[in-house]
Amino acid sequence: MTKFSAVSLLKNALTGHRNWTEQWPDSQPKEEYDVVIVGAGGHGLGAAYYLAKEHGITNVAVIDKGWLGGGNTGRNTTIIRSNYLYDESARLFDHALDLWQDLSQELNYNVMYSNRGVLMLAHNVHDVQSFKRHVHANRLNGVDNQWLTPEECKEVCPPLSLRKDARYPVMGGALQRRAGTARHDAVAWGYARGAAARGVDIIQNCPVTAIRRHPDGSVAGVETARGFIRARKVAVSAAGHTSVVMDSAGVRLPLESYPLQALVSEPVKPVFPCVVMSNAVHAYISQSDKGELVIGSGTDQYTSYSQRGGLPLIEHTVAAICEVFPVFNRMRMLRKWAGIVDVTPDRSAILGKTPVKGLYVNCGWGTGGFKATPGAAHTLAWTVAKDEPHPINAPFTLERFRTGRLIDEAAAAAVAH
Amino acid sequence: MLLIHCPYCDETLPEAEFTYAGQAHVVRPADPSGESDADWEAFLFLRDNAKGPHFERWRHLHGCGRFFNAVRDTVSDRFLTTYEAGLPRPDLSTLTEDQP
Amino acid sequence: MSSHRVAGKGRIDTTRPVSFTFDGRRYSGAAGDTVASALLAHGVHLMGRSFKYHRPRGPVTAGSEEPNALIGTRRGPGRFEPNTRATVQEIWQGLETTSQNKYPSLKWDVGAVNDAGYMLFSAGFYYKTFMWPKSFWDKVYEPFIRAAAGLGVSPSEDDPDRYASRNMHCDVLVVGAGPTGLAAAHSAALAGAKVVLVDEHAEMGGALLSDPDVQIDGAGAWTWLASRLAELRALGVRTMTRTTAIGYYHQNLVGLCEKLTDHLPDLPADTPRERMWRVRAKRVVLAQGALEKPLVFHGNDRPGVMLAGSAQTYLNRFGVLVGKAPVVLTSHDSAWFAAFDLADAGAKVQAIVDTRDSVRDDLRAGASARGIEVRLSHTATGTSGRLRVKSLRVAPLRADQVGAATEIACDAVLMSGGWTPSLHLFSHTKGSLTWDDTQTTFLPKDTPEDCHIAGASRGLWGYEAALVDGDKAGREAAQALGLKIAAGRFEVAQDRTGSGVSHRELPSDRSPARSKAFVDFQNDVTAKDLRLAVREGMRSIEHVKRYTTNGMATDQGKMSNINGLNIAADALGKPQPQVGLTTFRPPYTPTTFGCFAGYHRGSHFEVTRKTPIDGWAEAHGAAFEPVGQWRRAWYFPQPGESMDDAVRRECRATRESVGIFDASTLGKIEVMGPGAVEFMNRMYTNPWTKLGIGRCRYGLLLGDDGYIRDDGVIGRLGQDRFHVTTTTGGAARVLNTMEDYLQTEWPDLDVWLTSTTEQWATVALNGPNAAALLAPLVEGVTLSDDDFPHMSCAECTVAGMPARLFRISFTGEVGFEVNVPAPMGLRLWELLWERGRQYGITPYGTEAMHVLRAEKGYIIVGQDTDGTVTPYDTGMSWAIGKKKPDFVGMRGLARPDLQAPGRKQLVGLLSEDRSKLEEGAQIVFDPNQPVPMKMVGHVTSSYDVGTSGRPIALALVEGGHDRMGEIVHIPMPDRTIAAKITPTVFVDPDNARLKL
Repeated sequence: MTKFSAVSLLKNALTGHRNWTEQWPDSQPKEEYDVVIVGAGGHGLGAAYYLAKEHGITNVAVIDKGWLGGGNTGRNTTIIRSNYLYDESARLFDHALDLWQDLSQELNYNVMYSNRGVLMLAHNVHDVQSFKRHVHANRLNGVDNQWLTPEECKEVCPPLSLRKDARYPVMGGALQRRAGTARHDAVAWGYARGAAARGVDIIQNCPVTAIRRHPDGSVAGVETARGFIRARKVAVSAAGHTSVVMDSAGVRLPLESYPLQALVSEPVKPVFPCVVMSNAVHAYISQSDKGELVIGSGTDQYTSYSQRGGLPLIEHTVAAICEVFPVFNRMRMLRKWAGIVDVTPDRSAILGKTPVKGLYVNCGWGTGGFKATPGAAHTLAWTVAKDEPHPINAPFTLERFRTGRLIDEAAAAAVAH
Repeated sequence: MLLIHCPYCDETLPEAEFTYAGQAHVVRPADPSGESDADWEAFLFLRDNAKGPHFERWRHLHGCGRFFNAVRDTVSDRFLTTYEAGLPRPDLSTLTEDQP
Repeated sequence: MSSHRVAGKGRIDTTRPVSFTFDGRRYSGAAGDTVASALLAHGVHLMGRSFKYHRPRGPVTAGSEEPNALIGTRRGPGRFEPNTRATVQEIWQGLETTSQNKYPSLKWDVGAVNDAGYMLFSAGFYYKTFMWPKSFWDKVYEPFIRAAAGLGVSPSEDDPDRYASRNMHCDVLVVGAGPTGLAAAHSAALAGAKVVLVDEHAEMGGALLSDPDVQIDGAGAWTWLASRLAELRALGVRTMTRTTAIGYYHQNLVGLCEKLTDHLPDLPADTPRERMWRVRAKRVVLAQGALEKPLVFHGNDRPGVMLAGSAQTYLNRFGVLVGKAPVVLTSHDSAWFAAFDLADAGAKVQAIVDTRDSVRDDLRAGASARGIEVRLSHTATGTSGRLRVKSLRVAPLRADQVGAATEIACDAVLMSGGWTPSLHLFSHTKGSLTWDDTQTTFLPKDTPEDCHIAGASRGLWGYEAALVDGDKAGREAAQALGLKIAAGRFEVAQDRTGSGVSHRELPSDRSPARSKAFVDFQNDVTAKDLRLAVREGMRSIEHVKRYTTNGMATDQGKMSNINGLNIAADALGKPQPQVGLTTFRPPYTPTTFGCFAGYHRGSHFEVTRKTPIDGWAEAHGAAFEPVGQWRRAWYFPQPGESMDDAVRRECRATRESVGIFDASTLGKIEVMGPGAVEFMNRMYTNPWTKLGIGRCRYGLLLGDDGYIRDDGVIGRLGQDRFHVTTTTGGAARVLNTMEDYLQTEWPDLDVWLTSTTEQWATVALNGPNAAALLAPLVEGVTLSDDDFPHMSCAECTVAGMPARLFRISFTGEVGFEVNVPAPMGLRLWELLWERGRQYGITPYGTEAMHVLRAEKGYIIVGQDTDGTVTPYDTGMSWAIGKKKPDFVGMRGLARPDLQAPGRKQLVGLLSEDRSKLEEGAQIVFDPNQPVPMKMVGHVTSSYDVGTSGRPIALALVEGGHDRMGEIVHIPMPDRTIAAKITPTVFVDPDNARLKL
């Protein structure tokens, strides 16, 4: 693996960039692996990377039905934050946030983690109460998050409109300064390059059709479009498609897959220095390094694998952006796309062991999986390597749906009155 | 925006009149208190999340207000049929045509 | 006459001069010009700078696919926009335009130093560097990268324009009004279909506008076009220009953006700027035509290098010669016609350079007749010129060997690498594509939608072929609707048919590493960047695209995708389909946010629900708060009062005399029918069978998971009739849940549910004088503890109005809620207001209501509960019917974690220092522990403006019910507050005040 640096870039520039080598090879499947990871997104590739690096397990394959990073890793709006309410979530996402800070150096790949701050806007009294509850909980958990007045929000985000007569006036906001964005593709590529350099096989365009089990019930391997691959352990990290894969192992999951749309504007010079989220109107916005405004929407109402998404939701999302940022009314939408997000009943992930011996799952990240990437990957690798929960992912079990011990961040923001 | 056929109104109308209501044929047990924790978990949370034909419920909220069932292909988002609540599951092998 | 305008050519109106400015300099053009055509008429090609290298650029196209000539446009305050295509923007008197991405000027741009360092800025360079030292990323590198990126600047003022949206239904929607679309619209309309024909340009006609010499049915193209359009209109076809089909959504829903005013010198008062059409078409015919491909060679981006077809368009539509001494460089027949048209208009065509070794005789004859030098089997290896191309360097090709190069002096290079069918909307349908190796392009195959695709967009070439295919598509669309029509007939003379070959980057004698052969002009992606990406392991076109940014510019890959694919496939040694096609994503061309938002701006962003009494509250100075979709009176400040002052006064007045409150927003559901009691038993936790007629009960609604969802007082008005109230925000959700259970789980119950929220206006009177004020107005009920005790309800008459009267209290005082038909609500309110003056009646808002109820320990669902709270947690096990066999939530409540010890339970909190606790503040047992602290609960409600004489709070605390009197701690940023756990009732625990 060629080390990336300004020096190597210069040296290669002088030789016409002819000597760069491939960042990961196009591996063919072997007959057997210690660990097979289904799904070559940031989570799956990251888990392979940490398995190899921290646990010395290198006989690992990451298998994907398409190209690596082609699912939600490459389709999200790259918002990274950790100011969650519950201890369990805060710990998991803050662990990820810690890893994000050094990820470029760790991977020798610039993932452009930019801690430009995430500002969550409050538009009514209920939002204010809810966000303050978050701010207080975060402070006692050691997670940075601060309450801002409307005027302070405007200082952080100058395009914000503070019109008092707005349908949803800004009543304040919660700012996590350490939060931010990263370059999504680079995360998948950086992990892929790091994993491959440590011996992990990355097998693309190879759909996993079923998980096969031994007569004793434990995992035997995976059936794929290129034949059966034996594996001592299998970890499924296939986002919206996890249900389908796990079904073949006889594990039913509390998951539903919904289309989630996002869009970008034409690129403009820097105008938006932070990330803004407005749950009340369902608008999520930042500006990429390229200059595009990156805007996230809510999910469509029906489950779907079509990666299509409807027009009304996009109209609503754009209207919401223009409501909070009227100056963007004359900006233009460049393209919109959809991903498939897997949502659990409590909107928190399922991360860890399953009832099947040797089978692990990492799913249910809903609309917020990207931010968790390093944390989910890091703790999943631990769980797979040691066959036991990591202290941080331990609460995110499948059993909680039976006992009722949910981690319900969404319910905590419930609106009634 | 999908077009949906309401089996009660017998009209095909835009999605904006309807709300999605989750998987169909998930029957609430007659005596919930007799159910095990695992059964109740399954009733509350476990879903098929089918990739392909999916039995699901919709409500014609801004119309007749009725809940009804539908089979929709979740890959193409096309409806294979819709039918009144309480009717049995249609045989998938007979559902190849679009709804009327 | 401008230097490059050709008299007698074009469709512009030279008798109507129009002047506009570009970078502060005034230019003149003619009505019908675009900014690009008007500037080109003055010999100006330099219109922009590229994204990364800041290279000087001019227009390559004459349409919406333009990657280079992007400008800012301004029309007075608030009407600025960046990144507008100069090739599309029509000029009008006074239009101000500016170039972008340059400093200090378009001609001398310091950013162009990047161009010199291009060897460093290879594909993906930023992934490999800017990592050391780490702290530099945020402070140095990223700000630098961001400042360099972007094109124009964002608007900075509110947009004064309006946008509209409409729905439309039709039989056949035809997208694209070139020959194919015109023919399709015609045959479908003749068959009797209701047809809509749309085109993104200012005029209908498509390629016909650029090819006037083609003869159709014995007439010149433009004559035929005019008569065909007249015929279509006579047939009732709706034709829409400046209207772009931006996206193709489920079940033949097509979004159209119609631009109505951007081309007008004066804005009509009553016209929106743009209108979004949501068209539901029974059939759609896609006739979007084809886009010309650039050739990829060193220096192919210099101003003056342009697509040949676009040069032909500038000449024939706009009467502009883009060069007086152009050279044509092509691998397709079509560019020969461009050369002929320019030569015939007076240009000295320097040469036609064709990469092929043979071309049709008629083309060679045409060149020879015009004295144009022809060089076959030639490649281009470079251009010269700084701000404008000065020469093209060409070299003969023999068996792929590049021979000795020569320079051809020129002032423009007209290139053509062939044509790519426009499959954008077809691709939105999730239609499948098939690779055609002869044409080196993808062609449409199957689509799940009711959609036809015809003409050049499915690879056909030539006017006759387009007309015949369009006619057929229109006919087939009509047939699918049960309409019949015979095939149309077209006599086409002087047709411009043609074919060509496709290239990767053109063969060159230049070192590939030193070649700047652009594929994506705007994003400065070169052929060598694509090959580098492949060398680094990017094997799918998606990876190559994302690594290099090829195809991600504002033209969305219209210029670059297919060339990029061909080069990547070559580098990988694989056929193109195995490398893949990047998905086309809506919108077809960038579309304003305003158009998507439509009417949903400002007060129309979302509906605001107002009660019948809202106007009175506004007139009396109320401050409002949004609750769900409602706006509710929050408090009624008198002059000089703060919010706290006002709420304190409202609370006191209510406790001391009488307060009046608008409770109309409370959800109201009429539950009636023989099965009503059983239904209520199954829905709510409480028992209802024994509730007497005329009595009320507090009802608690759970989800089947066991958690509290909603609550409200429910009155029994008859054996089979309940008046159910819900929370304001929960009304619709509760009714939906009720309908769900009733319709799908309990069809055995004969029950009707009706939302009556907006049928009743609800006025609440609370306080010791409430009964005295109300009694004289009530007929049919005696307001005494004996006849109408607390928790009673009755249908009666109040002030002559039919009413439902409830004696209930959410304040702890004697309380009445009077429901009258909504139209009478204001009259009742004003009457009570008038008659209440003797008691000093005081209107109070939601904040005082919150304070008064908290003093009594009444919960607010959603504030004191959060979706994870059970009735046991809130201390309301009394609300659960213990003998009932089942109710919604009963089984859920029995789950292990909901029964486990140590759950968070609702308690009262009194701060030891008598300070007001902050809502949302977290609670710990041990204040001295280090962070992260073990949190055991939080403050849910907290007030210091009430009547209990001290600040009070409600909180959820782990095991709280067993901790009465214990001290807990609330660590704040500046200090830690100790507080004592108390019962939740702070005022009148014996409910003595509820008695008259």
